[in-house]
Amino acid sequence: MNNFLIANGIVKQFSNHLALDKVSMNVPEGSIFGLLGPNGAGKTTLIRIITQITAPDQGEVLFRGKKMTMEDIFHIGYLPEERGLYKKMKVGEQALYLVQLKGMSRAEGLKKLKYWFEKFEIQSWWDKKVEELSKGMAQKVQFIVTVLHDPKLLIFDEPFTGFDPINTNLVKNEILRLRDNGATVVFSTHIMSSVEELCDHIALINKGKNILEGNIDEVRSRFKPDTYELKFRGDSKTLKDALDVGFEFEEEPTRGDVGHIIIKQQLKIPVRDMVTAINSSVDIISFEEVIPGMNDIFIRAVEGTDYKE
Amino acid sequence: MNKINLIIQREYTTRVKKKSFIIMTILTPILLVALLFIPGYLATKEDNQAKVIAVIDKTNITEGAIAESDYMKFKYITDTEVETIKKDFTKSGYYAILYIPENILISNKVQLYSNQQTTIGVNEHIVKALDGFFTNIKLKKENVPMDIMKRIATNINVDTIQWTSSGEEKSGSAEMVLVIGYISGFLMYMFIFMFGAQVMRGVMEEKTNRIVEVIISSVKPFQLMMGKVVGIALVGLTQFVIWIALTFGIFYGAKFVLLKNSGDPAATSITANIMDKANSGVAQAPTGQYQEMFKQISGKFSAVNFPLIIGCFLFFFIGGYLLYASLFASVGSAVDNDTDTQQFMLPITIPILLGLFVMMNAMQSPNSSIAVIFSLIPLTSPIVMMARIPYGVPPWQLGLSGILLIITFIGSIWMAGKIYRTGILMYGKKVNYAELWKWLKYKN
Repeated sequence: MNNFLIANGIVKQFSNHLALDKVSMNVPEGSIFGLLGPNGAGKTTLIRIITQITAPDQGEVLFRGKKMTMEDIFHIGYLPEERGLYKKMKVGEQALYLVQLKGMSRAEGLKKLKYWFEKFEIQSWWDKKVEELSKGMAQKVQFIVTVLHDPKLLIFDEPFTGFDPINTNLVKNEILRLRDNGATVVFSTHIMSSVEELCDHIALINKGKNILEGNIDEVRSRFKPDTYELKFRGDSKTLKDALDVGFEFEEEPTRGDVGHIIIKQQLKIPVRDMVTAINSSVDIISFEEVIPGMNDIFIRAVEGTDYKE
Repeated sequence: MNKINLIIQREYTTRVKKKSFIIMTILTPILLVALLFIPGYLATKEDNQAKVIAVIDKTNITEGAIAESDYMKFKYITDTEVETIKKDFTKSGYYAILYIPENILISNKVQLYSNQQTTIGVNEHIVKALDGFFTNIKLKKENVPMDIMKRIATNINVDTIQWTSSGEEKSGSAEMVLVIGYISGFLMYMFIFMFGAQVMRGVMEEKTNRIVEVIISSVKPFQLMMGKVVGIALVGLTQFVIWIALTFGIFYGAKFVLLKNSGDPAATSITANIMDKANSGVAQAPTGQYQEMFKQISGKFSAVNFPLIIGCFLFFFIGGYLLYASLFASVGSAVDNDTDTQQFMLPITIPILLGLFVMMNAMQSPNSSIAVIFSLIPLTSPIVMMARIPYGVPPWQLGLSGILLIITFIGSIWMAGKIYRTGILMYGKKVNYAELWKWLKYKN
């Protein structure tokens, strides 16, 4: 089902700057949606508007087809970027308090907390005070509290900061599992590798404006530079002659008798024809299209808009 | 509503469970009552071992004139001088030496020698007994008949009687009213300041711990703020109720215990002297004076309108607290750390301190125009009004002050809600008054 979460023309003005300028996004149900953008782009403001913490000046947020209200808050699990815990409170007591605030009953909360504490192997923390925990440990507790009430929509603002690689993986797997169980996940991050691994859809905003949006594969292919990587046996001269005009070549160092070359084309010649021409001139070992990483896309998209201004 | 209850519960239980709260709640009333009773009680204790006082009486007529008790004995020694006893004083076991000179009727002086500071109780006991005795002798010398002497024995007490506008007369005690007024005004100042500051620290704790956004993703910021304010108010009320109950309990408990010991004239006169200057007269050895004193204190106690005072205290505490707590909450939300609070604390502390100073003044003249005006202005009224109430305040002033307070705290809560909502999510920004003004105008 689509139209699960829609933000429509959101405008938010702060006293001296426009934080969001008609930003829209459409999060399909059951997907993992990456909200990307450089620092100060307005990601957190947008998230706060979706979670009903602040109200937009213009525009609206639709949740399952209806305008989102405070009642829908129960269906959201939100892990803010600025997250903390009461230092003097015990871990278990505090987790219980936070899930009760989400609307869970004490008994149910206790049962589920026990389950998750076992799963993350942190039962021994229950009676510790939060100030005795490390930052990463506290993050685990916060993660549990966020997802405990099985919300339909999960929003994580920079979920991986403060985690070591092992715990990052743990959280990544948890996010994928939650998606597979039917939850929809929106997360904002700077770590582009995690976007490639996790996201189905992305939206990129910069300076309060949408600059890129859509399915991740579709976005990546949009940024395809029509570049191919070829490994072959044979003479590179015959290869270049065979491909003729409209191509640019960048030779990589050969290894033994294996030639390595990057081919760039401008004329939108079908790949099949390219391969036929190459095949007739050299022995192909491998041939693949170069797909840009999210990192490159991010930088190019952001610099592109910055340049236009 | 359910969620705000959860917040109130957390704010309340985490504070009430703290050791500092428990200790302070129990200790304060004990200290308060102790302040009233300890001096008298200690004096009694000291006199518990029988003190033997050697008497060198050059007039040879006072033997038997000074009443003895289990704790105080008088041993008359003839044909010695003070110096002789002084030589072996420590060995002799005497507590002191009382020297009554021959010319006492003219000099009106006796000497009490000792190697330690004699207690007020002992001095007082001797003075009273000899006072009466020698007055009688003097009167006899002037040929005043015995029955006249009895009739002129005088014992003056002041009963202050206050009439109200309805013409009803109430007897009271000026000292008692002063004490009650002072205590309730000061308590109000302390409560508002102490618990208001707790609200501020609580808000700052949530902000600096970065937990606030986690919570307001579940509840509205206003609910979080009000939950905290109400939770801490309940802590204050709990403390107040326990204090009142304990103070009365300990007071009457102490009364009971001390009354049982009242057969001891030394203790009687000592405590009586400290707590009340009643009952001095021709008669000596004033047994039963102690009960008399207690009756007086209790009488004064009951002359004070405690239900009115406690009721008003609760109202003005809640009103004043809500007013100041909301201001404190907005300060806590606007700043990142303790040092930044200074500039915003000043405008809050000044009216509270002003209230305290005017209260001191109101104790002297509770119906002066300055006292009346400041007991109507909401920022100072809780403190100043509390000091005036024991003296009696016209109902219209009480009503007007109450209404003004209610209107103001509703306004300040509304304002604080706006500042709070923006402030708690604002990090790393130096905030000034112009900035706060902008926040007030934000739509949401």
